[in-house]
Amino acid sequence: MAAYIIRRLLLGIPTVLGVLLILFTLFFWVARPVDIAKRALGEKAQQEQIDRWIEEHGYHLPKFVNKEASGLNRFTETRFVHYFSDMLTFDFGRSDLDDIPIAYKLKKGALPSLCLTVPMFFVGLFLAIALALLIALYRGTYIDRMSLILCVVGMSLVIFVYIMGGQYLFGKMLNWFPISGWAANHPFHFLALPILVGTLAGLGESIRFYRTIMVNEINSDYIRTSRAKGVSDRDILFKHLLKNAMIPILTRLVMAIPFLFMGSLLLESFFGIPGLGYLTVEAILNNDFSTVSAMVYISAIIYIVANLLTDISYTFVDPRVRLK
Amino acid sequence: MSGLFSMPMLAFEGISYTAERNAALLFGIAFVVAIIYLLRHPFWGVRLKSLGRMPFAMVFLVITLLFITIAWMDGIAWKDTIPEGKQVPLEAKEPRSMLDRSFAMVVGVPEYEYRARSYSAPMATTEFVDKSIEIKHHHLLGTNKTGYDTLYLILKGIKPAVVIGTLPLVIAIPVALLFGVSAGFFGGRVDDFVVYLYTTLASIPSLLLLIALISALGPGLLQVAFGLGIAGWIGLCRLVRGESLKLREMEYVQAATCLGVSRGKIILRHVIPNLLHIVIITAILAFSGLVLSEAVLAYLGIGLEYSWGGIIDNARAELARTPVIWWNFVFSTLAFFLLVLSVNVVGDVLRDLLDPRTTFED
Repeated sequence: MAAYIIRRLLLGIPTVLGVLLILFTLFFWVARPVDIAKRALGEKAQQEQIDRWIEEHGYHLPKFVNKEASGLNRFTETRFVHYFSDMLTFDFGRSDLDDIPIAYKLKKGALPSLCLTVPMFFVGLFLAIALALLIALYRGTYIDRMSLILCVVGMSLVIFVYIMGGQYLFGKMLNWFPISGWAANHPFHFLALPILVGTLAGLGESIRFYRTIMVNEINSDYIRTSRAKGVSDRDILFKHLLKNAMIPILTRLVMAIPFLFMGSLLLESFFGIPGLGYLTVEAILNNDFSTVSAMVYISAIIYIVANLLTDISYTFVDPRVRLK
Repeated sequence: MSGLFSMPMLAFEGISYTAERNAALLFGIAFVVAIIYLLRHPFWGVRLKSLGRMPFAMVFLVITLLFITIAWMDGIAWKDTIPEGKQVPLEAKEPRSMLDRSFAMVVGVPEYEYRARSYSAPMATTEFVDKSIEIKHHHLLGTNKTGYDTLYLILKGIKPAVVIGTLPLVIAIPVALLFGVSAGFFGGRVDDFVVYLYTTLASIPSLLLLIALISALGPGLLQVAFGLGIAGWIGLCRLVRGESLKLREMEYVQAATCLGVSRGKIILRHVIPNLLHIVIITAILAFSGLVLSEAVLAYLGIGLEYSWGGIIDNARAELARTPVIWWNFVFSTLAFFLLVLSVNVVGDVLRDLLDPRTTFED
């Protein structure tokens, strides 16, 4: 097991390097350093101010080969090497926009994001699996058809309908929740509505996904056998079916972890929650490349780790899976 | 998003109307030929024709085809020849599409004159803000801030929606097939490379990858489509690879190998046709996801011109006004909903129909 984990982590290294290569290509060939500096300092900034800013942020270095340096420095004193070494040591530097250290921004944004996404994740998971089990029990009947149609209808709505509809209905008409905002001391006052909206928006798709799995399982031989043995319906559902359906469920769950951390871009920015998603949207709208690239990099790393966790978790739910 | 809601709204930014017309004609011919081919095909034909026996699915199929037709009509534009010395408004000299002309015919005035001064509620006789001003033309679904008819804007939004739903697929499907089939069929180093490529791309959240790509390539239809295609081929490639791994071991493939059929021919004759149902279904279901994602892109300011996403984005702020200006938001999301729902339903029905494991009698 330990050997497997170590090997998998080593295999993650080329992927991380690949992600960095993509990011470097995309972000460093897009904007000229002068433009970034002007945006950060304002259009009226003096030339020397701009030069100093560029130098402080390391944007003055050439991309791949530094012709002014000598020896090995020709290749190490470049933006390419600096970018890679900074990223690999998790030194994200300062934001292009407001000069605040990105690490500080990330630390500050993580908590609101997790407060939003973790409850949303568990409420959504519980609801979707419970409803999918129920629908699977009634498979082939009128109820099954109606709920499938409802799921497709739910999937076909633009996310804005959920957001604006939720804000209008619960915030404006019923006045149950504040429309948007954030207070660090009592977060759930403001989070209830986005959690509700986010859960509802994802429900249709996930119910349909889980239903397909459940129906596949419910038609299998071992369910028929246990039924013939006289196992109660409840035991069949929770002891046999749910356990066997665990592998696809786990795959989906672990893949959602990066999004938990990243926060929901749209929900956060609509409800004014100062999390990582909000941070990213702000960075995108302001062309703050350093922040965007740090966010992409971190979420890629979380994805790779989550991928590994999925494979490990398979061994817990299915004794037939052996990791070699 | 420059040029949003400036009349006349025609070709996409940076693409001339003649190029767009040629593309639309080409697409139209390809579409009709593909449909005829599929209907006459021994395997696909039977399954597709059995759609006719499902009235529920047929309704949505017709709606989908209607949307595609409107989008196509909007792609065919030409300029009017204006006789010497005749005074016409500036807009009349611009190329106008078949959709513009049909719309003008239905409402009785050219579409560029069919507008109010500012907001007007659906079917209202007076202006929304200043009730004392009567409006010239009644607008079935109201008008937007600059007085343009909401129905017309929604109809114009169909083309960007359909194009953004299909163009990325045109890019993604060949790439996914090429990489997926060669990875699954040849295995070894090729497989390692393809798997590495898509795990790397997949580990970047697709929305962020898309944003990064578009900020690198610049805004515009082709760039957005390319970005969506790059972000979208991964899922399909994974499916195709898995399926071709299975197909490689099939008896008929082994038989063909023993008979000395070349590998290229095996792939073309035996592997790809047996993958096609997966590709078709994934493409149809991906369509709705693509259309929906355009709305998110519009919100982030990198969407297309005069798309539904753009209308919704503009209409969001109007919802906060009192009295509420609801029609732009409601009707544009409704149009969105209708298109996505129809495609989703058609895709779902086709998924069951095209699965080779379901059996059908003619």
